[in-house]
Amino acid sequence: MTANKSFDVIVVGAGSVGAPAALALAEAGLEVLVVDQCPSVGQGSNKRAIGGLRATHSDPAKIRICLRSLEIFSTWKERHGDDVEWHKGGYSYVAYRPEEERTLKDLLTGQKAAGLNIDWHEAPSFLQIIPDLNPEGLIGGTFSPEDGNASPLLAIHAFYRRAKTLGARFFFNERVTGLVVSGGRVAGVRTDKGEYGAPVVINAAGPWGAEVAAMAGIDVPVRPDSHEAAVTEAVARFLGPMVVDIRPVAGSANYYFYQHATGQVIFCITPSPSLWGMDVRETSSFLPMVASRMVDLIPRLRNLRVRRTWRGLYPMTPDGFPIVGWARELEGYMLAVGMCGQGFMLGPGLGELIGRMIQGKTSEDDRETLTYLSPYREFKGQEKLK
Amino acid sequence: MYRIEQHPILPIPPRSKVSFTWKGRALEAFEGETLSSALFASGVRVFGHHAKDGAAQGIFCANGQCAQCLVLADGVPVKSCMELVRPGVRVEPVEGLPELPPVGPGAAGLGEARPIETVRVPVLIIGGGPAGLSAAIELGRRGIETLLVDDKHRLGGKLVLQTHRFFGSINAVYAGTRGIDIATRLENEVRSFPGVRVWLQTTVLAVYSDGKVGLLVEGRKYVLVEPGILLVTSGAREKNLAFPGNTLPGVYGAGAFQTLVNRDLVKPTGRLFIVGGGNVGLIAGYHALQAGIAVVGLVEVMAECGGYKVHRDKLARLGVPVYTSHTVVSANGTDAVESVTIARVDEKFRPIEGSERSFDCDTLLIAVGLDPVNEFTEKAREFGLPAFAAGDAEEIAEASAAIFSGKIRGLEVARALGCDVGEISPDWYRTADILKSRPGATVPERTPGPESGVFPVLHCNQEIPCDPCTGVCPNDLIEIDESDIRLLPSFVAEKAGKGCTGCEKCVAICPGLAITLVDYRKDADFPTVAIPFEFLKDTLKPGDRVVVEDTEGNALGRVEVGAVKSLKANDRTVLVKVRAPREYAKRIAGIRIQPPETAAPLDRYVERTADDTIICRCERVTAGEIRKLIREGLRDISEIKAITRTSMGSCGAKTCTPLVHRLFREEGVPDAEVVDQPKRPLFIEVPLGIFAGLEGKDEGHDRE
Repeated sequence: MTANKSFDVIVVGAGSVGAPAALALAEAGLEVLVVDQCPSVGQGSNKRAIGGLRATHSDPAKIRICLRSLEIFSTWKERHGDDVEWHKGGYSYVAYRPEEERTLKDLLTGQKAAGLNIDWHEAPSFLQIIPDLNPEGLIGGTFSPEDGNASPLLAIHAFYRRAKTLGARFFFNERVTGLVVSGGRVAGVRTDKGEYGAPVVINAAGPWGAEVAAMAGIDVPVRPDSHEAAVTEAVARFLGPMVVDIRPVAGSANYYFYQHATGQVIFCITPSPSLWGMDVRETSSFLPMVASRMVDLIPRLRNLRVRRTWRGLYPMTPDGFPIVGWARELEGYMLAVGMCGQGFMLGPGLGELIGRMIQGKTSEDDRETLTYLSPYREFKGQEKLK
Repeated sequence: MYRIEQHPILPIPPRSKVSFTWKGRALEAFEGETLSSALFASGVRVFGHHAKDGAAQGIFCANGQCAQCLVLADGVPVKSCMELVRPGVRVEPVEGLPELPPVGPGAAGLGEARPIETVRVPVLIIGGGPAGLSAAIELGRRGIETLLVDDKHRLGGKLVLQTHRFFGSINAVYAGTRGIDIATRLENEVRSFPGVRVWLQTTVLAVYSDGKVGLLVEGRKYVLVEPGILLVTSGAREKNLAFPGNTLPGVYGAGAFQTLVNRDLVKPTGRLFIVGGGNVGLIAGYHALQAGIAVVGLVEVMAECGGYKVHRDKLARLGVPVYTSHTVVSANGTDAVESVTIARVDEKFRPIEGSERSFDCDTLLIAVGLDPVNEFTEKAREFGLPAFAAGDAEEIAEASAAIFSGKIRGLEVARALGCDVGEISPDWYRTADILKSRPGATVPERTPGPESGVFPVLHCNQEIPCDPCTGVCPNDLIEIDESDIRLLPSFVAEKAGKGCTGCEKCVAICPGLAITLVDYRKDADFPTVAIPFEFLKDTLKPGDRVVVEDTEGNALGRVEVGAVKSLKANDRTVLVKVRAPREYAKRIAGIRIQPPETAAPLDRYVERTADDTIICRCERVTAGEIRKLIREGLRDISEIKAITRTSMGSCGAKTCTPLVHRLFREEGVPDAEVVDQPKRPLFIEVPLGIFAGLEGKDEGHDRE
């Protein structure tokens, strides 16, 4: 690679955040370089995402970003032609115990205030939405019909292709090894293959976010844990929304699944206690743990064949909210890390926000959003819909 | 209708009939057979149509690995090659995506669920074929507790599909015995060791990073096994080919073919064409003829067949044209194979325009090589679980080699567990290497000089590891240099004052059917030639006029059959005696069975214009789609997968992965530039309810 080639912005990581950020920057006419250690786009954590897209969060920042993401995903095909397998099936959170009923209902006011189309449904009405749900003990649940799902693989390719068309450069199989700092501010990155200059560097390195931040001397509290996921054979449509069950039981916290546009069901579970670290090798405990909960919730799933399983990383932060903002320690260095497993749904909306930040065009709403996501917040709160 | 009613080697067991329906039509099946075989026996080849492009679907692997043969059985989508016929079952095609069957109220109470059990065992062997059984015998002999699992209903692996006598060494690996009988011998020995547990119908689904191995037992129960050592003897999988029409029902591999014919005794085809002249393709052709199936021809892209020459010659003598330096251009037909088009190839193996020919056939058997089933070994090694591999799972070779490498690996596993096995003789490793070796040099036929008395003629002209002929002569007159059984045998006219007695034992034992006996004693001008023949005795009768041929299948003349001898001692090898003129009696090696008109090409060649060369048959991804991406510069197979869905289908990337690599090579991309995709569990698809600990199938479809 040629050394000393200069760009307006360098993005570290061609993943769920880096790729749409590069697109937003290229759309703004900036010269962008994206560097990634993997051989192609989205090969870190993006391809391990199951594809859920929701604005149903517990805080206005993520709701706002994801509402914009949903607009981008849902209109992509008509605007740009390529199919990202968007399906507007909605999100449903089930309640079988008063605890979950209370949590979900408590969140409704704030969610609605932030512009979310969401309602509580008592059991009979909820069963209209998910007819195969186990009715025994069902209290009800929330349903947000504007949420949906898409293919992370196809979506990131769509962003990537468009970003390249608009002039963004992507260097793969290349690892960022350090930063170039000059006059107290960022001047570029060093990689295992060369050196590139830019006045702005964005850390969008996902589970490697803390490592890449450390290159700037910044300590960011991002620590990955791992979740396993799987995909089934394809069957005719029988399930509309993403189903989320947040009941904790021994061995696991929440789990969730939906039927993709291809007819396949894709599912994932959060182990409890968390499995911290970078290990993404398959474990024997995943399938029995998740299958018994899913089959209990939707008995019809018992005959559905599991095809493939994998494990991915959730770059977690102490409070479960992302870390997005300019670094105070080093001018020109931006953090866009700690997506807590929601990089895919946050990505396009966040990408545009990053674009506005870099161009100095943030709105008042943006600035409010960024206070929630500030790297320098106290991390005292706790996301209720992880 | 499409049943094998009699067979020269295989017994036809009595079976009771059951009835079922297909699209509402009543059909008959045999109890205990799979739905796919029952459908084939009634002439049904198309089992449904793909959701993506409406392409016809039918049998492909016949082994539970893919989902091409999916049907609805009482409303539940099942793989018809794994599902046994139940009396009265209503079977329907799967047109597009199947419905997930609803379950009745109360059907799903997890109260009936069972926690997933973990079994600890010193040794887990995956696969009860020649290698796995041989290893289990060594471990059993030393009292080492072993669990042997196999996904089939009986032990033996592919041995149980082999009707021919085996090559190899009589001392080391039962050479001269038929594959089906070697399976029984090995199984009986394994069963004699109380320390060896055998779980049949048990499929390994995954090797996990926590050192556990997930098993699907009898299709209904999930069990985790924690082995001290894993021994992978899971055999091989067939490679495939990309050409227009390559996924039409009727195009499948030798494994599926031998399963239908030699296991299920179904006649899946009337007219078979074979692609690939390795041992697998050649032997499949022979098995087809034995089952009464016409073999229209065989193409081999190289100038010579890669399989043993004796196999090639045997097929050619029976009347099957072997087209070397030829390739398949297309399989033709709308919903199933109706004909095949082949062409001669140039030095770069590209079809030569104008050399195309088409043949009427209903089945195209693809036998273009094997790859080891090595994903379990690789995962185990990645995860630090001690693992060994033997047989084809380690390196593709003949079954005789698998028997021997299994035996050695069994001892190595025992030693790794601290058992004193002494030193494993270096001779064993040498024998293993010899058994694995590819065919060596071919020499011109050595026709013996004298034309008097009686003596065998050895039509065996290629160095292969094989020696049964040396073990049967009462006067020890057939010899192979003991240092290497790959060397050619020779006949010594006299030893210790004794010569050939004309006992014919050597004629009957030769796995290559490459020994005849010429007897001048009664009539020196019209000597009698004894020819080995593995067909039904009444195929030929005394007085029949037959075409006799030389070693390679060139006709020598028409002669009269004198006698047809079927002795018990000759184990189903029939000896046909003909009287032939002195001029060519010694050159006679076989009798033509198939009339030449069977193999005649069509008047004009059939061109398939549809751009339907499929690389990923599960997700219906064409070669054109992938080529385009390669030309755009993509090198990461994961990226191609993400864009096209190649390898995301039900077979778990088993079929398309080698084809994708081949496309890269065809596009001139060096292997080193191509990034392979990671292999992920599961080995086969399994219902969620089974992982939940719900045993068996849903009651909803077990009852009417």
